[in-house]
Amino acid sequence: MHYVVLTKGVPDFREGQVEFDDDGHLKRGATPTVMNPNDHFACRAALQMKVKHDGKVSIMGMGPPDFSKILYEGMERFYADELYLLSDKAFAAADTWATSITLATGLKKLDPEPDIVFAGFKTADGETGHTGPQTDWCIEWPIITHVINMTYEEDDEVIRAKRLVEGDPDEIETVECSTPAVVVTDPEFETSYRKASHRLRRKKLREETQERAENHEEYTTQWGHEELNLDPDYVGLDGSPTIVSGVDPIPKPPSERDATMVTPDDEDGMQEVVEELVPYGGGA
Amino acid sequence: MTDREHYEAVVVGCGPGGAAAAASLAENDVETLVLERGVEAGSKNVSGGLLYAEESSSYTIDDLFPGFREEASEREITEYQMHNVSGSQVKSFDITELHEHDTEWSDSVLRRKMDSWLEQRVHEMTVETGGGVLTDVRVDGLLWEDDEVVGVSCAELDPIEADMIVAADGVNSELAREAGMMDWEEPEEWFHGVKAVVDLPDEGVEERFHLPPGEGAAHLFAGDLFEGVRGGGFLYTNEDSLSIGTVFHLDSVVEQQVEVHELLDSLITHPVVGEWIPDEYTELEYAAKLTPDSKKVAHPSPGQGRLALVGDAAGQMQAQGPVIKGMNHAVTAGALAGDAFVEAEEKGMDPGKAYVKQLSGEGIFRKLRPRRYKVARALGENGPMTALTDGLLTSFVGRWFMRRGFMKRLTGWAMSSPWMASMMPDTRTPYVTLPTVVAEEMGEEVDSENDVEPKSLLDRIGDLKYDTDVGNPHINVLDDSWEASGAAVMACPVSARDFGGGCYREEKVKAGDVTERTVSLDTQPCIECGTCAVVADTEWRHPNGGKGVEFKEG
Ligand SMILES: Cc1cc2nc3c(=O)[nH]c(=O)nc-3n(C[C@H](O)[C@H](O)[C@H](O)COP(=O)(O)OP(=O)(O)OC[C@H]3O[C@@H](n4cnc5c(N)ncnc54)[C@H](O)[C@@H]3O)c2cc1C
Ligand code: SF4
Repeated sequence: MHYVVLTKGVPDFREGQVEFDDDGHLKRGATPTVMNPNDHFACRAALQMKVKHDGKVSIMGMGPPDFSKILYEGMERFYADELYLLSDKAFAAADTWATSITLATGLKKLDPEPDIVFAGFKTADGETGHTGPQTDWCIEWPIITHVINMTYEEDDEVIRAKRLVEGDPDEIETVECSTPAVVVTDPEFETSYRKASHRLRRKKLREETQERAENHEEYTTQWGHEELNLDPDYVGLDGSPTIVSGVDPIPKPPSERDATMVTPDDEDGMQEVVEELVPYGGGA
Repeated sequence: MTDREHYEAVVVGCGPGGAAAAASLAENDVETLVLERGVEAGSKNVSGGLLYAEESSSYTIDDLFPGFREEASEREITEYQMHNVSGSQVKSFDITELHEHDTEWSDSVLRRKMDSWLEQRVHEMTVETGGGVLTDVRVDGLLWEDDEVVGVSCAELDPIEADMIVAADGVNSELAREAGMMDWEEPEEWFHGVKAVVDLPDEGVEERFHLPPGEGAAHLFAGDLFEGVRGGGFLYTNEDSLSIGTVFHLDSVVEQQVEVHELLDSLITHPVVGEWIPDEYTELEYAAKLTPDSKKVAHPSPGQGRLALVGDAAGQMQAQGPVIKGMNHAVTAGALAGDAFVEAEEKGMDPGKAYVKQLSGEGIFRKLRPRRYKVARALGENGPMTALTDGLLTSFVGRWFMRRGFMKRLTGWAMSSPWMASMMPDTRTPYVTLPTVVAEEMGEEVDSENDVEPKSLLDRIGDLKYDTDVGNPHINVLDDSWEASGAAVMACPVSARDFGGGCYREEKVKAGDVTERTVSLDTQPCIECGTCAVVADTEWRHPNGGKGVEFKEG
């Protein structure tokens, strides 16, 4: 079995990491790039398959050469076997459509071809949620989205998944589909390792990965438009029908507020503070 | 056959007992799975701790784990002293002879470092058998079939069957209790240990303790410094830190209504330790745990069917006077459990039964429950006898005798005699009265200053690491009346009467004219010492795998 996770590098939006310039634009150079947090669920789903049913996990992403460190993060944290970076100046500034075409071509070039492709739900920077389903559209496989947990029946080669209907956590349905297939994990996705043998195998994979991760370059393949046999007119900016009409900077919080200084010893002042606050506390 | 997972042996707990059992099973090519509830072995464990390798034992830890002493222990203890204290008067005796009795070597250890090292070795060994070590897994019960134990159930895993189940799950073993082999009823069957690990910055241990390079010292304390509670204090040197703590009889802690963290502070701030504790006091960790008193509670037949209880789970913790031997017995018993598996297979017998046979052959029961103590207990452990000996010692005559030169020699001999130690009655006399009188009549004023400010309970709790299992408290108070559970407010090492930030709190509930005294519990700051399982009316279990407190030193 070959499991492939599609991933993207995004600015690290966690507090303390992200930096903006005076106009409220993201300082891309000063903000570290990390694996899209929702893709962690896809990686976990792929790892769970590998632990329970053997096979190998590849991680594929499109982006500039330094995105290889995002793929490496996937190897280190989710014990991936191989890393594929689709990187070429011609791929730059792609929208979700051009990205999907590129990724789909990458997937088809893999040997062996994937049995299950995993994608995360929405990227932290684009928030479209298009890439997984569009890539699937290109390769014409069955797809299950909003998956919150899954099992695989080896004999019948069938995925059985629980998914949120329309992403609603109160409506869950169980679906089945044959492989090869695309699975889009929901942020509610949960792995389950209830067998000791599975946990022991996961631990072994972690140990094996440590050695691999030290030489991760050896396990990384980079493909450009030539290797993928893609016409530059159909990928990157040129192949992207999306037109960004403008970008609104993130409004800055007001930096000046009216403040009245009151020292705790100032009884009258404190009384006024209490009177000001009482209505907010729901008091008389 | 069920479709449950099956291993030839399942070992619960990866402390010294579990690690030794697993190593011995793996050595015998037995497919072995080890389940440990901590994030890493040692993260839940606390001991003083001096680990002994006994000459008379067929297994010691370095036999089972080559390289142990070089990589996992702290210092070889070559100096051993007993300090009898009354006020600032101290009479010290060198009792290295007692320490060296039946001892091949003895090293100080810190449990996180030691147990995590063992875990790695055990994993390497057991993986070869088709098993391995899993952390973050709490075994929450035994798996029964037709009244026979056939495996374990776990909070995090599906039930697992095994041909042998080694319960090395330490004090407050839930498995031993479920099997009906141990209970948590009587405070007099347990010791209550509290400990702080103190940093020794810049200055070497050797310099402060006047020791040759690499060697270590052990100092023990008894007398009037613990409000009359039966027990004593210890101070052991680690590689670059000190372990300072107290071990008391739990029933005495309850009776005297003392707050155990304050007793630890009495030792930390006493002039008797002034020369060793740095003024710039940096406490790295505060910890506590119960430990069984083998003399009273060691199970006489700790194997039944497929089940073998090892170490503290079976009550195999021996206090031989001031010498505390729990880890070494857990190691020996664990290794014998591994041998028992093979013997049971060869002879077609139950592994539990084979294990008991192995223990008897090794003479373990004689060490754990010495006959001499039985006699001493029958004769000496009663109120009138204690009153008589205490009265005699504190009388003019007693004191006169104490001042005689030959009494100094005799007392020194008695304190370092293994024979005397094994028959020491568990009364006030040897723990409190005798050391106090010895200090008063033979001792000298200590000239060391001690300006140490110990940490507050709030800071001690605040500096510990917890992963709280929110919404799933592992202890529930069944009877919250003061009579049933009030003792926990004082005996819980992270609670105190006038402290709102701990586990147990005293509550006064007013109903009409009547004010009722009750207790309330918040398990968040719990350090899983096990005390309230015995002294309060609770439904008590360990937190689930990886949850709760995580000790870094241990
Ligand atoms: C303050 C103090 C001082 C001491 N001083 C000394 C000393 O100087 N020398 C000495 O030899 N002994 C000393 N002891 C006693 C010694 O610590 C114990 O006797 C020894 O640790 C027992 O080893 P064990 O393997 O039986 O249990 P432990 O070391 O307690 O190990 C039990 C293991 O089982 C795990 N576990 C528990 N429940 C479960 C579960 N349900 N599922 C999975 N895992 C579980 C625990 O996390 C732990 O790792 C001292 C004890 C204390 C408290
Ligand atoms: S709550 Fe109970 S187990 Fe936890 S620290 Fe207090 S006495 Fe010990």
